[in-house]
Amino acid sequence: MADSGVIDGPGRKDEIERAKSEGKDLTKEEKQRLRKEKKQQKKSKEKKDDKASQENEKEKKPVTSAAPAAPASQPPTKPTMQKAPSAVPATAPVSVPASEASGPADKPAKTKAELKAERRARQEAERASKQSKKGETGQQATTSKPKAPPSDLQPVVKRLPEHIQVDNPDVLKKLAKKLERQQTPEHYAAKKIPLRLDYGYKVSLFSHLHQYSRKAPLTQQLSIPSTVIHPAIVRLGLQYSHGIVAGSNARSVALLHAFKQVIRDYTTPPNEELSRDLVNKLKPYISFLNQCRPLSASMGNAIKYIKKEISNIPSNCKEEEAKSKLLNDIESYINEKIILAGVAIAKCAIEKQKISDGDVILVYGCSSLVNHILCEAFEKSRKFRVIVVDSRPRLEGKEALRRLVQKGISCTYVLISAVSYILPEVSKVFLGAHALLANGYVMSRVGTSQIALVAKAFNVPVLVCCETYKFCDRVQTDSFVSNELDDPDDLIVTRKGTTPLEGWQNESSLGLLNLVYDVTPPDFVDLVITELGMIPCTSVPVVLRVKNVDQ
Amino acid sequence: MELQAVLMAAGGGSRMTDLTYNTPKAMLPVGNKPLMWYPLNLLEKVGFEEVIVITTKEVQKMMSTDLKIKDVKMKLDVVSIQEDGDMGTADALRHIQPKIKTDILVLSCDLITDAALHEVVDLFRAHNATMAMLMSKAHEFTETVPGQKGKKKTAEQRDFVGVDQSGKRLLFMANEADLEDGLSIRKSIMRKHPRMLIKTGLVDAHLYCLKKAVVDFLTENKSISSIRGELVPYLVRKQFSKTVNSQKLKDDIDDQTQEKNDGPANHELLISSRDEPLLQLAQERSCWNDHRGDMSEAYHGGKLRCYVHIMDQGLCCRVNTLAAYIEVNRLAPKLFEEPSVHPSADISERCQMGSDSIIGALCHIADKTSIKRSTIGNNTTVKEKVKVTNSIIMHGVTIEEGCNIQGSVICSNAVIGRGADLKYCLVGNGQHIEPEAERTNEIIVGTDQLMEI
Repeated sequence: MADSGVIDGPGRKDEIERAKSEGKDLTKEEKQRLRKEKKQQKKSKEKKDDKASQENEKEKKPVTSAAPAAPASQPPTKPTMQKAPSAVPATAPVSVPASEASGPADKPAKTKAELKAERRARQEAERASKQSKKGETGQQATTSKPKAPPSDLQPVVKRLPEHIQVDNPDVLKKLAKKLERQQTPEHYAAKKIPLRLDYGYKVSLFSHLHQYSRKAPLTQQLSIPSTVIHPAIVRLGLQYSHGIVAGSNARSVALLHAFKQVIRDYTTPPNEELSRDLVNKLKPYISFLNQCRPLSASMGNAIKYIKKEISNIPSNCKEEEAKSKLLNDIESYINEKIILAGVAIAKCAIEKQKISDGDVILVYGCSSLVNHILCEAFEKSRKFRVIVVDSRPRLEGKEALRRLVQKGISCTYVLISAVSYILPEVSKVFLGAHALLANGYVMSRVGTSQIALVAKAFNVPVLVCCETYKFCDRVQTDSFVSNELDDPDDLIVTRKGTTPLEGWQNESSLGLLNLVYDVTPPDFVDLVITELGMIPCTSVPVVLRVKNVDQ
Repeated sequence: MELQAVLMAAGGGSRMTDLTYNTPKAMLPVGNKPLMWYPLNLLEKVGFEEVIVITTKEVQKMMSTDLKIKDVKMKLDVVSIQEDGDMGTADALRHIQPKIKTDILVLSCDLITDAALHEVVDLFRAHNATMAMLMSKAHEFTETVPGQKGKKKTAEQRDFVGVDQSGKRLLFMANEADLEDGLSIRKSIMRKHPRMLIKTGLVDAHLYCLKKAVVDFLTENKSISSIRGELVPYLVRKQFSKTVNSQKLKDDIDDQTQEKNDGPANHELLISSRDEPLLQLAQERSCWNDHRGDMSEAYHGGKLRCYVHIMDQGLCCRVNTLAAYIEVNRLAPKLFEEPSVHPSADISERCQMGSDSIIGALCHIADKTSIKRSTIGNNTTVKEKVKVTNSIIMHGVTIEEGCNIQGSVICSNAVIGRGADLKYCLVGNGQHIEPEAERTNEIIVGTDQLMEI
């Protein structure tokens, strides 16, 4: 009992035993709480050392002296407290172990009343720590522990995906091991899928995400006639990381095209079933693509569909038939979910008078779906003009501008800094989406939520166009938790031969941040146009539920 | 399989006949390793497992006995062609066309480089290019070349290479010899790429990634015989030719079978791939363009694209002249972390050896010799009081006492008599230099060589 880490466990146990002896039934919540605390203790023992080293490395140190001293000697009830508030619980348990230290020594001599008092003090300390944890706001990003939220009547321990735990060295080690394990058995260890290393200084709010450099492609570490990974997948990965294939729809189509090549060149090894072996073959390819550029929600859904189709192949099916069936499935998926969905959305938008004569439509960036809708509307002789809003560093609006002007639509081009100037002229805003989340939030190119916000302020209707295959059942309320960090060197600009930001890595207090996505809350979005019709943002979970039932 | 490597080792070394009249160019020793070992090593380091080597019977025989080549772990598929036949590199490709199943990476045996090959291959893959090649900034050769009368004349034919703003897309390629009336650039190129950088100080490394369709095209087009001289400029020109970019080509792909039946009349380079409509769809939906400012789509809708990767740092040398050979002997050993003295060499203690000298296997170096900045081949005997500076001594040479050899190249099995003083000379194969000879800036070869004019 001198071990400070196990204070709570035995304390709780005592209480529960007491409760049992007093005839009370252990409620379900208490059982879960018990399990959770046991896990916490185990983790606290492990993470204490990690935390000590992490704290030395991290820059943001509001904790400074209190935290390093406290956890070393105190029982960290919630071990991830690396901020000032941790000083609060640190002080509270100070009194507890003092009494605790004396407690075990004299345990046989203590009366029941004294034990009760000790337990009550402990409970209060815990309550205090929970209160202070609730007081933490917006610092969620750096916590890397999969702990239940303070309101822990639902203590379901959710595991965070590894791609947002980049600052946790254990997770990185696990990822490296997973990549090793994923190579097929006939290749020796030297030919595994390499781990792409992060580049440059990461802004601390986003240090849990990967940040890669375009100048260090993953192919540097692969052998040139790639035998481990199918050449079509290597080509695709390169195209993703160079940005040659960009945009949710384009990436999904290119992915399915590459999978078609893989399936064509696939032969079932002896004593294996196609339905199981092909799925295993696809796993290392998917990790490779994930390292080249994090997978998008639409790609994730497409992969889920393919994996399902492959596993549903009956075992008595011949290889040729199975392959041709899979190829047809892929074709029909693309046809239904992307091409026809686009046509349906355009038809819906045009016929239901969402684009009427005399409209001034604002679009942001280059969304293939929104461009398609506008071109269709123009062909059906609607009279409207378009304002294209663009932002650095991608400047995708220039490509949208080119496509619209080529059709003959009259366009205006502004940068996002001028959006509040131009909005009084606008009658509608059309936005594309990268994904629609289950709580109604729209995940799209960074800057979209700004546009939606300003449009709301000017009372301009905002319409989001999105196919249903981009709906995903993730929930996110801010843009920090899960995002993508692009190459920071893209922000550097050379004008007239001088590059002011050239030596940005040498400045210790300068960090370059190149975010790719942001989330827009459903309050700013008036309508979502999908191929199923026009639905409000909050109906996304209904669509997902219906889709799952269908399948 | 993604890429097949093809090594062209049948070249005759026409620009350094003094060295190659007895030893074929592919087996010339550089840093005591045969010249063709260097590209093979490059391919092996990068991860190739098989190489098709096109060479002559003589080289094939020498390869089978050479230890270093036996060390190469890759599977070498040696194809021998006639030595006297006038086979160009493209003809050789046509010859091995049945073996080619995928895109190819063509190397020349005289390329010594430490370039990162993935840069070239990444351009080839990412942009779905028809051709990707490697070039390097040329460096001046500083060593004195034996047998050169007067200052080195820049009579070397320059290459004019035009690249676009990003420095990766190849727009124009011509040799000075073909530009009699001046350099003319077509308007279609200028319209699509208004900014073009023309570079002249580049060395072509003769490393090309070519699509399989190009090899098929070669089999039908028998008039092209050299990759460097004819095929590459043809492909670069064809990027902007109207027929390739026309919409008609898309329909042509559907009747591809019919066109093939037309026979040799079809000289067009058909670039197509499986699932072309899906690739088109992905490109349409993608918000990427390789250029800005005009109304055309990515790559201006062209299917044939040529890319170049220009190295500005690192070693990239083509050993096809005597000057290059000498230069490379200095630089090549620095690429590898090998001991400069072979363990089996017998060197006496009173020998003064500089740190950048290389001694081969089974050598005998006697007392009071001084060897500085030189390469000594295998089985060479160097007797007492010999001074060797800045020279290249090949295998099996005997150097008698008191010789002074400076800045020279001594070929295999030569014998240098006692007290000879050679400055900036080239001694051919098996030659004997009489004792007390004093030669400066001469090429000493046998009489049978002189007859070849």
